[in-house]
Amino acid sequence: MYATDFAYHAPASLREVVALLQQGDPNGGEVKVLAGGQSLIPLLKLRMAAPAALVDLRNVAELRGISEEGDGVVIGAATTYFQTIDSPVVQRRCPLLVQAISQVGDPQVRARGTVGGSLAHADPAGDLPAVAVALDAELRAVGPNGQRTIAAKDFFVDLLTTSLDPAEVLTAVKFAATDRPHTGTSYQKHRHPASGYAVVGVAAVVMLNDDGTVQAARIGVTGAGAHAARASGVEQAIAGKTLDDATLTSAVASVTDGMELMSDTYASSEYRAHLARVLTKRALLDAAARAR
Amino acid sequence: MRQTIRLKVNGVERQGEVEPRTLLVHFLRDGLNLTGTHVGCDTGQCGACTVLLNGDAVKSCMVLAVQADGAEVRTVEGLAVGDAYHPIQQAFWDLHGLQCGFCTPGMIMAAVGILKRNPNPSDEEIREQLEGNLCRCTGYQNIVAAVRKAASDMQGQPAAQPVGASAAGGASGE
Repeated sequence: MYATDFAYHAPASLREVVALLQQGDPNGGEVKVLAGGQSLIPLLKLRMAAPAALVDLRNVAELRGISEEGDGVVIGAATTYFQTIDSPVVQRRCPLLVQAISQVGDPQVRARGTVGGSLAHADPAGDLPAVAVALDAELRAVGPNGQRTIAAKDFFVDLLTTSLDPAEVLTAVKFAATDRPHTGTSYQKHRHPASGYAVVGVAAVVMLNDDGTVQAARIGVTGAGAHAARASGVEQAIAGKTLDDATLTSAVASVTDGMELMSDTYASSEYRAHLARVLTKRALLDAAARAR
Repeated sequence: MRQTIRLKVNGVERQGEVEPRTLLVHFLRDGLNLTGTHVGCDTGQCGACTVLLNGDAVKSCMVLAVQADGAEVRTVEGLAVGDAYHPIQQAFWDLHGLQCGFCTPGMIMAAVGILKRNPNPSDEEIREQLEGNLCRCTGYQNIVAAVRKAASDMQGQPAAQPVGASAAGGASGE
Protein backbone atom coordinates (compact mmCIF):
# COMPACT_ATOMS: atom_id res chain seq x y z
CA MET A 1 0.00 0.00 0.00
CA TYR A 2 1.10 3.59 -0.55
CA ALA A 3 1.45 5.88 2.45
CA THR A 4 -1.04 8.71 2.80
CA ASP A 5 0.31 12.02 1.58
CA PHE A 6 2.35 14.12 3.98
CA ALA A 7 4.58 17.18 4.01
CA TYR A 8 8.31 16.54 4.36
CA HIS A 9 10.89 18.73 6.08
CA ALA A 10 14.61 18.05 6.41
CA PRO A 11 15.99 20.94 8.48
CA ALA A 12 19.72 21.29 9.17
CA SER A 13 19.57 22.22 12.86
CA LEU A 14 18.00 20.98 16.05
CA ARG A 15 16.51 24.43 16.62
CA GLU A 16 14.55 24.17 13.37
CA VAL A 17 13.43 20.61 14.22
CA VAL A 18 11.96 21.80 17.51
CA ALA A 19 10.39 24.86 15.84
CA LEU A 20 8.66 22.63 13.25
CA LEU A 21 7.40 20.27 15.93
CA GLN A 22 6.17 23.15 18.07
CA GLN A 23 4.47 24.84 15.13
CA GLY A 24 2.59 21.60 14.39
CA ASP A 25 0.18 21.08 11.53
CA PRO A 26 -2.27 23.90 10.70
CA ASN A 27 -5.12 21.38 10.42
CA GLY A 28 -4.33 19.66 13.68
CA GLY A 29 -2.71 16.59 12.10
CA GLU A 30 0.21 14.73 13.59
CA VAL A 31 3.79 15.86 12.99
CA LYS A 32 6.26 13.03 13.44
CA VAL A 33 10.04 12.83 13.66
CA LEU A 34 11.71 10.59 11.05
CA ALA A 35 15.08 9.09 11.96
CA GLY A 36 16.17 5.82 10.24
CA GLY A 37 12.58 5.08 9.30
CA GLN A 38 12.87 1.31 9.75
CA SER A 39 9.83 1.23 12.04
CA LEU A 40 8.00 4.34 10.87
CA ILE A 41 8.08 3.78 7.09
CA PRO A 42 6.53 0.28 7.32
CA LEU A 43 3.81 1.80 9.54
CA LEU A 44 3.20 4.55 6.96
CA LYS A 45 2.86 1.93 4.23
CA LEU A 46 0.34 -0.02 6.28
CA ARG A 47 -1.40 3.31 7.04
CA MET A 48 -1.17 2.47 10.72
CA ALA A 49 0.45 5.90 10.94
CA ALA A 50 -0.81 8.79 8.81
CA PRO A 51 1.01 11.94 9.91
CA ALA A 52 0.37 15.28 8.24
CA ALA A 53 4.11 16.00 8.19
CA LEU A 54 7.45 14.35 8.80
CA VAL A 55 10.49 16.12 10.18
CA ASP A 56 13.54 14.18 8.97
CA LEU A 57 16.66 14.32 11.19
CA ARG A 58 19.08 13.27 8.42
CA ASN A 59 20.66 16.72 7.98
CA VAL A 60 21.11 17.42 11.69
CA ALA A 61 24.78 16.55 12.19
CA GLU A 62 24.74 17.33 15.92
CA LEU A 63 22.49 14.28 16.49
CA ARG A 64 25.13 11.81 15.33
CA GLY A 65 28.31 10.61 16.97
CA ILE A 66 29.71 8.68 19.90
CA SER A 67 31.75 10.05 22.81
CA GLU A 68 32.96 9.01 26.23
CA GLU A 69 31.64 10.98 29.16
CA GLY A 70 32.81 10.05 32.65
CA ASP A 71 31.34 6.68 33.60
CA GLY A 72 29.41 6.28 30.40
CA VAL A 73 29.19 6.43 26.62
CA VAL A 74 27.03 9.06 24.94
CA ILE A 75 25.47 8.11 21.61
CA GLY A 76 23.79 10.72 19.42
CA ALA A 77 20.14 9.84 18.88
CA ALA A 78 20.44 9.61 15.09
CA THR A 79 23.56 7.40 15.18
CA THR A 80 22.84 4.21 13.23
CA TYR A 81 23.10 0.70 14.62
CA PHE A 82 26.07 -0.04 12.34
CA GLN A 83 27.89 3.13 13.44
CA THR A 84 27.26 2.13 17.06
CA ILE A 85 28.50 -1.47 16.89
CA ASP A 86 31.47 -0.47 14.71
CA SER A 87 32.67 1.97 17.39
CA PRO A 88 35.74 0.72 19.33
CA VAL A 89 34.56 2.80 22.32
CA VAL A 90 31.18 1.05 22.38
CA GLN A 91 32.83 -2.35 21.85
CA ARG A 92 35.14 -1.79 24.81
CA ARG A 93 32.86 0.04 27.23
CA CYS A 94 29.33 -1.18 26.42
CA PRO A 95 29.60 -4.69 24.90
CA LEU A 96 25.94 -5.26 25.82
CA LEU A 97 24.95 -2.76 23.14
CA VAL A 98 26.98 -4.65 20.54
CA GLN A 99 25.51 -8.01 21.56
CA ALA A 100 21.92 -6.72 21.47
CA ILE A 101 22.16 -4.57 18.35
CA SER A 102 23.71 -7.45 16.38
CA GLN A 103 20.36 -9.21 16.93
CA VAL A 104 18.15 -6.32 15.78
CA GLY A 105 16.24 -6.95 12.53
CA ASP A 106 18.64 -7.75 9.68
CA PRO A 107 21.77 -6.05 8.26
CA GLN A 108 19.74 -3.76 6.00
CA VAL A 109 17.74 -2.55 9.01
CA ARG A 110 20.91 -2.13 11.07
CA ALA A 111 22.41 0.05 8.33
CA ARG A 112 19.54 2.55 8.56
CA GLY A 113 17.96 2.12 12.00
CA THR A 114 19.09 4.41 14.81
CA VAL A 115 19.59 4.05 18.55
CA GLY A 116 17.39 7.05 19.37
CA GLY A 117 14.74 6.05 16.86
CA SER A 118 14.33 2.64 18.44
CA LEU A 119 14.01 4.12 21.93
CA ALA A 120 11.63 6.93 20.94
CA HIS A 121 9.47 4.48 18.97
CA ALA A 122 9.24 2.32 22.13
CA ASP A 123 8.08 -0.84 20.42
CA PRO A 124 7.09 -3.23 23.22
CA ALA A 125 9.14 -5.94 21.48
CA GLY A 126 12.13 -3.76 20.58
CA ASP A 127 15.57 -4.89 21.77
CA LEU A 128 17.12 -1.54 22.66
CA PRO A 129 14.62 -0.53 25.38
CA ALA A 130 15.69 -3.52 27.53
CA VAL A 131 19.34 -2.54 27.11
CA ALA A 132 18.61 1.10 27.95
CA VAL A 133 16.93 0.01 31.17
CA ALA A 134 19.75 -2.39 32.13
CA LEU A 135 22.47 0.17 31.33
CA ASP A 136 20.67 2.79 33.43
CA ALA A 137 20.47 5.04 30.37
CA GLU A 138 20.00 8.74 30.64
CA LEU A 139 17.90 10.02 27.72
CA ARG A 140 18.49 13.60 26.69
CA ALA A 141 15.76 15.56 24.96
CA VAL A 142 15.30 19.07 23.65
CA GLY A 143 11.98 20.86 23.34
CA PRO A 144 10.49 24.35 23.36
CA ASN A 145 11.37 24.68 27.06
CA GLY A 146 15.00 23.67 26.58
CA GLN A 147 16.85 20.51 27.52
CA ARG A 148 15.95 17.82 30.00
CA THR A 149 17.18 14.40 31.00
CA ILE A 150 14.91 11.40 31.51
CA ALA A 151 15.96 8.17 33.23
CA ALA A 152 15.28 5.02 31.16
CA LYS A 153 13.00 3.66 33.88
CA ASP A 154 10.76 6.74 33.53
CA PHE A 155 11.01 6.99 29.72
CA PHE A 156 8.89 4.04 28.60
CA VAL A 157 5.34 4.60 29.82
CA ASP A 158 3.08 2.45 27.66
CA LEU A 159 2.73 0.63 24.32
CA LEU A 160 4.67 2.74 21.77
CA THR A 161 4.50 5.62 24.25
CA THR A 162 7.32 7.49 25.94
CA SER A 163 7.41 10.44 28.31
CA LEU A 164 8.61 12.71 25.47
CA ASP A 165 6.29 15.64 24.75
CA PRO A 166 5.07 15.94 21.14
CA ALA A 167 7.37 18.92 20.52
CA GLU A 168 10.41 17.27 22.11
CA VAL A 169 13.08 15.35 20.26
CA LEU A 170 15.56 12.86 21.68
CA THR A 171 19.09 14.17 21.13
CA ALA A 172 21.42 11.66 22.78
CA VAL A 173 21.51 8.72 25.14
CA LYS A 174 24.12 8.12 27.83
CA PHE A 175 24.64 4.44 28.62
CA ALA A 176 26.51 3.37 31.77
CA ALA A 177 29.85 1.78 30.84
CA THR A 178 30.40 -1.75 32.15
CA ASP A 179 34.15 -2.13 31.53
CA ARG A 180 34.82 -2.51 35.24
CA PRO A 181 36.35 -5.33 37.27
CA HIS A 182 34.03 -8.28 38.05
CA THR A 183 31.31 -6.87 35.79
CA GLY A 184 29.62 -8.76 32.98
CA THR A 185 26.64 -8.23 30.71
CA SER A 186 24.39 -10.33 28.51
CA TYR A 187 21.34 -10.02 26.25
CA GLN A 188 19.20 -13.11 25.75
CA LYS A 189 16.30 -13.08 23.38
CA HIS A 190 13.64 -15.40 22.04
CA ARG A 191 13.35 -14.15 18.53
CA HIS A 192 10.07 -14.13 16.63
CA PRO A 193 10.93 -16.37 13.67
CA ALA A 194 9.23 -14.13 11.08
CA SER A 195 9.66 -10.57 12.30
CA GLY A 196 12.93 -10.91 14.21
CA TYR A 197 11.50 -8.89 17.07
CA ALA A 198 11.94 -10.15 20.62
CA VAL A 199 9.00 -12.24 21.81
CA VAL A 200 10.79 -11.63 25.09
CA GLY A 201 14.29 -10.23 25.56
CA VAL A 202 16.28 -9.81 28.77
CA ALA A 203 19.34 -7.61 29.24
CA ALA A 204 21.41 -8.08 32.39
CA VAL A 205 24.35 -6.39 34.04
CA VAL A 206 25.95 -8.33 36.90
CA MET A 207 28.63 -7.04 39.28
CA LEU A 208 30.27 -9.72 41.44
CA ASN A 209 32.12 -9.51 44.75
CA ASP A 210 35.58 -11.05 45.10
CA ASP A 211 34.00 -14.18 46.58
CA GLY A 212 31.75 -14.64 43.52
CA THR A 213 28.54 -13.49 45.19
CA VAL A 214 26.42 -10.87 43.47
CA GLN A 215 27.25 -7.34 44.53
CA ALA A 216 24.52 -5.80 42.38
CA ALA A 217 22.58 -6.47 39.18
CA ARG A 218 20.42 -4.53 36.77
CA ILE A 219 17.88 -6.34 34.60
CA GLY A 220 15.80 -4.92 31.72
CA VAL A 221 12.95 -6.92 30.18
CA THR A 222 11.32 -6.27 26.81
CA GLY A 223 8.48 -8.07 25.03
CA ALA A 224 6.68 -9.25 28.17
CA GLY A 225 4.69 -6.16 29.09
CA ALA A 226 3.44 -3.13 27.19
CA HIS A 227 6.81 -1.44 27.64
CA ALA A 228 10.34 -2.32 28.70
CA ALA A 229 10.76 -2.45 32.45
CA ARG A 230 13.30 -3.17 35.13
CA ALA A 231 12.98 -6.41 37.10
CA SER A 232 13.87 -4.91 40.50
CA GLY A 233 12.46 -7.85 42.46
CA VAL A 234 14.92 -10.24 40.84
CA GLU A 235 17.79 -7.78 41.32
CA GLN A 236 17.07 -7.62 45.05
CA ALA A 237 16.54 -11.37 45.36
CA ILE A 238 20.03 -12.21 44.06
CA ALA A 239 21.97 -9.44 45.82
CA GLY A 240 24.62 -10.94 48.10
CA LYS A 241 23.91 -14.46 46.85
CA THR A 242 25.80 -17.00 44.77
CA LEU A 243 24.03 -17.65 41.46
CA ASP A 244 23.30 -21.33 42.02
CA ASP A 245 20.32 -23.03 40.46
CA ALA A 246 18.08 -22.86 43.55
CA THR A 247 18.76 -19.14 44.08
CA LEU A 248 18.14 -18.35 40.42
CA THR A 249 14.98 -20.43 40.11
CA SER A 250 13.42 -18.78 43.13
CA ALA A 251 14.64 -15.27 42.19
CA VAL A 252 13.36 -15.27 38.60
CA ALA A 253 9.86 -16.28 39.72
CA SER A 254 9.15 -12.60 40.34
CA VAL A 255 10.53 -11.28 37.03
CA THR A 256 7.17 -10.23 35.56
CA ASP A 257 5.76 -8.88 38.85
CA GLY A 258 4.13 -5.52 38.21
CA MET A 259 4.16 -5.99 34.42
CA GLU A 260 0.90 -6.04 32.49
CA LEU A 261 1.70 -9.06 30.35
CA MET A 262 0.88 -8.95 26.65
CA SER A 263 -0.93 -11.82 24.95
CA ASP A 264 -1.43 -12.47 21.24
CA THR A 265 -1.83 -15.30 18.75
CA TYR A 266 1.90 -15.99 18.81
CA ALA A 267 2.56 -15.97 22.55
CA SER A 268 0.12 -16.09 25.45
CA SER A 269 0.82 -14.14 28.61
CA GLU A 270 1.67 -17.41 30.39
CA TYR A 271 4.23 -18.28 27.70
CA ARG A 272 5.73 -14.78 27.86
CA ALA A 273 6.07 -15.07 31.65
CA HIS A 274 7.76 -18.45 31.18
CA LEU A 275 10.16 -17.01 28.58
CA ALA A 276 10.95 -14.07 30.85
CA ARG A 277 11.94 -16.45 33.66
CA VAL A 278 14.05 -18.69 31.42
CA LEU A 279 15.78 -15.82 29.63
CA THR A 280 16.47 -13.93 32.87
CA LYS A 281 18.19 -17.00 34.24
CA ARG A 282 20.27 -17.38 31.06
CA ALA A 283 21.15 -13.69 30.95
CA LEU A 284 22.25 -13.65 34.60
CA LEU A 285 24.37 -16.80 34.23
CA ASP A 286 26.00 -15.57 31.02
CA ALA A 287 26.65 -12.11 32.48
CA ALA A 288 28.15 -13.65 35.63
CA ALA A 289 30.37 -15.94 33.54
CA ARG A 290 31.65 -12.88 31.65
CA ALA A 291 32.20 -11.04 34.94
CA ARG A 292 34.71 -13.50 36.34
CA MET B 1 3.56 18.63 -2.82
CA ARG B 2 6.15 17.33 -5.24
CA GLN B 3 9.79 17.94 -4.45
CA THR B 4 12.83 17.85 -6.69
CA ILE B 5 15.50 15.34 -5.72
CA ARG B 6 18.97 14.95 -7.16
CA LEU B 7 20.99 11.84 -6.62
CA LYS B 8 23.73 9.83 -8.23
CA VAL B 9 22.47 6.46 -9.46
CA ASN B 10 25.00 3.94 -10.77
CA GLY B 11 27.49 6.76 -11.22
CA VAL B 12 25.16 9.05 -13.16
CA GLU B 13 23.58 12.25 -11.83
CA ARG B 14 19.81 11.91 -11.99
CA GLN B 15 16.94 14.06 -10.84
CA GLY B 16 13.23 13.66 -10.45
CA GLU B 17 10.07 15.19 -9.07
CA VAL B 18 8.57 13.05 -6.33
CA GLU B 19 5.85 13.18 -3.73
CA PRO B 20 7.33 12.85 -0.23
CA ARG B 21 5.52 9.53 0.18
CA THR B 22 7.22 7.99 -2.88
CA LEU B 23 9.44 5.12 -1.84
CA LEU B 24 12.97 4.97 -3.21
CA VAL B 25 12.18 1.64 -4.90
CA HIS B 26 9.27 3.18 -6.80
CA PHE B 27 11.39 6.12 -7.89
CA LEU B 28 14.09 3.75 -9.17
CA ARG B 29 11.63 1.50 -11.01
CA ASP B 30 8.97 3.91 -12.24
CA GLY B 31 10.97 7.13 -12.37
CA LEU B 32 14.32 5.87 -13.67
CA ASN B 33 13.14 2.66 -15.31
CA LEU B 34 15.67 0.64 -13.32
CA THR B 35 13.42 -2.39 -12.96
CA GLY B 36 16.17 -4.75 -11.79
CA THR B 37 15.29 -3.72 -8.25
CA HIS B 38 12.24 -5.82 -7.37
CA VAL B 39 9.29 -5.38 -5.02
CA GLY B 40 8.46 -8.70 -3.41
CA CYS B 41 6.49 -7.77 -0.33
CA ASP B 42 4.73 -4.87 1.32
CA THR B 43 6.25 -5.13 4.75
CA GLY B 44 10.01 -4.70 4.46
CA GLN B 45 10.69 -8.37 5.03
CA CYS B 46 11.70 -9.90 1.69
CA GLY B 47 14.77 -7.83 0.75
CA ALA B 48 14.15 -8.10 -3.04
CA CYS B 49 14.43 -4.29 -3.23
CA THR B 50 17.91 -4.15 -1.63
CA VAL B 51 20.19 -1.48 -3.13
CA LEU B 52 23.34 0.29 -1.94
CA LEU B 53 22.64 3.71 -0.43
CA ASN B 54 25.89 5.58 0.20
CA GLY B 55 27.61 2.18 0.20
CA ASP B 56 25.30 0.38 2.65
CA ALA B 57 22.90 -2.35 1.57
CA VAL B 58 19.41 -1.09 2.50
CA LYS B 59 15.85 -2.00 1.61
CA SER B 60 14.68 0.64 -0.85
CA CYS B 61 11.05 0.04 0.16
CA MET B 62 11.96 1.31 3.63
CA VAL B 63 13.55 4.54 2.40
CA LEU B 64 11.63 7.53 1.04
CA ALA B 65 12.95 8.86 -2.26
CA VAL B 66 13.25 12.30 -0.63
CA GLN B 67 15.58 10.81 1.99
CA ALA B 68 17.95 9.83 -0.81
CA ASP B 69 18.25 13.42 -2.08
CA GLY B 70 21.97 14.06 -2.48
CA ALA B 71 22.88 10.41 -1.95
CA GLU B 72 24.67 7.82 -4.07
CA VAL B 73 22.64 4.79 -5.02
CA ARG B 74 23.82 1.65 -6.72
CA THR B 75 21.39 -0.90 -8.11
CA VAL B 76 22.02 -4.33 -9.62
CA GLU B 77 22.20 -2.66 -13.07
CA GLY B 78 25.27 -0.77 -11.89
CA LEU B 79 27.38 -3.68 -10.65
CA ALA B 80 28.94 -5.00 -13.84
CA VAL B 81 31.89 -3.19 -15.38
CA GLY B 82 31.14 -3.11 -19.10
CA ASP B 83 30.60 -6.71 -20.10
CA ALA B 84 32.37 -8.11 -17.02
CA TYR B 85 30.09 -9.25 -14.26
CA HIS B 86 30.85 -8.27 -10.68
CA PRO B 87 32.44 -11.31 -8.93
CA ILE B 88 29.22 -11.80 -6.95
CA GLN B 89 27.11 -11.85 -10.12
CA GLN B 90 29.60 -14.25 -11.69
CA ALA B 91 29.48 -16.56 -8.69
CA PHE B 92 25.65 -16.61 -8.74
CA TRP B 93 25.89 -17.49 -12.46
CA ASP B 94 28.56 -20.16 -12.00
CA LEU B 95 26.93 -21.91 -9.05
CA HIS B 96 23.33 -21.34 -10.13
CA GLY B 97 22.55 -19.32 -7.02
CA LEU B 98 18.94 -18.91 -8.09
CA GLN B 99 15.86 -20.77 -9.13
CA CYS B 100 13.15 -18.41 -10.38
CA GLY B 101 15.46 -15.41 -10.05
CA PHE B 102 13.00 -12.98 -8.48
CA CYS B 103 14.98 -12.53 -5.26
CA THR B 104 18.35 -12.53 -7.04
CA PRO B 105 18.95 -8.77 -7.43
CA GLY B 106 18.24 -8.28 -3.72
CA MET B 107 20.38 -11.28 -2.77
CA ILE B 108 23.29 -9.97 -4.85
CA MET B 109 23.07 -6.43 -3.46
CA ALA B 110 22.78 -7.80 0.09
CA ALA B 111 25.86 -9.95 -0.60
CA VAL B 112 27.79 -6.83 -1.67
CA GLY B 113 26.92 -5.35 1.74
CA ILE B 114 27.87 -8.52 3.61
CA LEU B 115 31.28 -8.89 1.96
CA LYS B 116 32.04 -5.21 2.43
CA ARG B 117 31.65 -5.57 6.21
CA ASN B 118 33.09 -9.09 6.44
CA PRO B 119 35.24 -10.11 3.43
CA ASN B 120 35.68 -13.68 4.64
CA PRO B 121 32.48 -14.89 6.30
CA SER B 122 31.77 -18.45 7.44
CA ASP B 123 28.73 -20.25 5.99
CA GLU B 124 26.94 -19.63 9.25
CA GLU B 125 27.71 -15.91 9.05
CA ILE B 126 26.51 -15.77 5.44
CA ARG B 127 23.21 -17.41 6.40
CA GLU B 128 22.83 -15.12 9.40
CA GLN B 129 23.61 -12.01 7.36
CA LEU B 130 21.21 -12.99 4.55
CA GLU B 131 18.40 -13.05 7.07
CA GLY B 132 16.82 -9.94 5.53
CA ASN B 133 16.37 -11.63 2.15
CA LEU B 134 13.79 -14.28 1.38
CA CYS B 135 13.94 -16.82 -1.47
CA ARG B 136 10.45 -18.25 -2.03
CA CYS B 137 11.94 -21.13 -4.02
CA THR B 138 14.01 -21.92 -0.91
CA GLY B 139 17.14 -22.04 -3.04
CA TYR B 140 19.36 -20.94 -0.18
CA GLN B 141 21.94 -23.71 -0.52
CA ASN B 142 23.36 -22.41 -3.80
CA ILE B 143 22.92 -18.78 -2.79
CA VAL B 144 25.14 -19.37 0.24
CA ALA B 145 27.63 -21.29 -1.91
CA ALA B 146 27.70 -18.41 -4.41
CA VAL B 147 28.40 -15.83 -1.72
CA ARG B 148 31.16 -18.05 -0.33
CA LYS B 149 32.72 -18.43 -3.81
CA ALA B 150 32.47 -14.69 -4.45
CA ALA B 151 34.21 -14.02 -1.13
CA SER B 152 37.09 -16.28 -2.09
CA ASP B 153 37.26 -14.88 -5.66
CA MET B 154 37.39 -11.35 -4.27
CA GLN B 155 40.15 -12.10 -1.73
CA GLY B 156 43.27 -10.17 -2.54
CA GLN B 157 41.66 -8.47 -5.53
CA PRO B 158 41.22 -4.74 -5.53
CA ALA B 159 37.55 -3.95 -5.05
CA ALA B 160 35.84 -3.60 -8.43
CA GLN B 161 34.85 -0.03 -9.16
CA PRO B 162 31.90 -0.30 -11.50
CA VAL B 163 31.03 2.88 -13.35
CA GLY B 164 27.63 1.67 -14.53
CA ALA B 165 27.02 4.49 -16.99
CA SER B 166 26.18 1.92 -19.66
CA ALA B 167 23.44 0.42 -17.52
CA ALA B 168 22.00 3.62 -16.13
CA GLY B 169 20.70 4.97 -19.41
CA GLY B 170 20.26 8.55 -20.51
CA ALA B 171 18.11 11.45 -19.41
CA SER B 172 16.71 12.18 -16.01
CA GLY B 173 13.63 10.34 -14.79
CA GLU B 174 10.02 11.49 -14.53
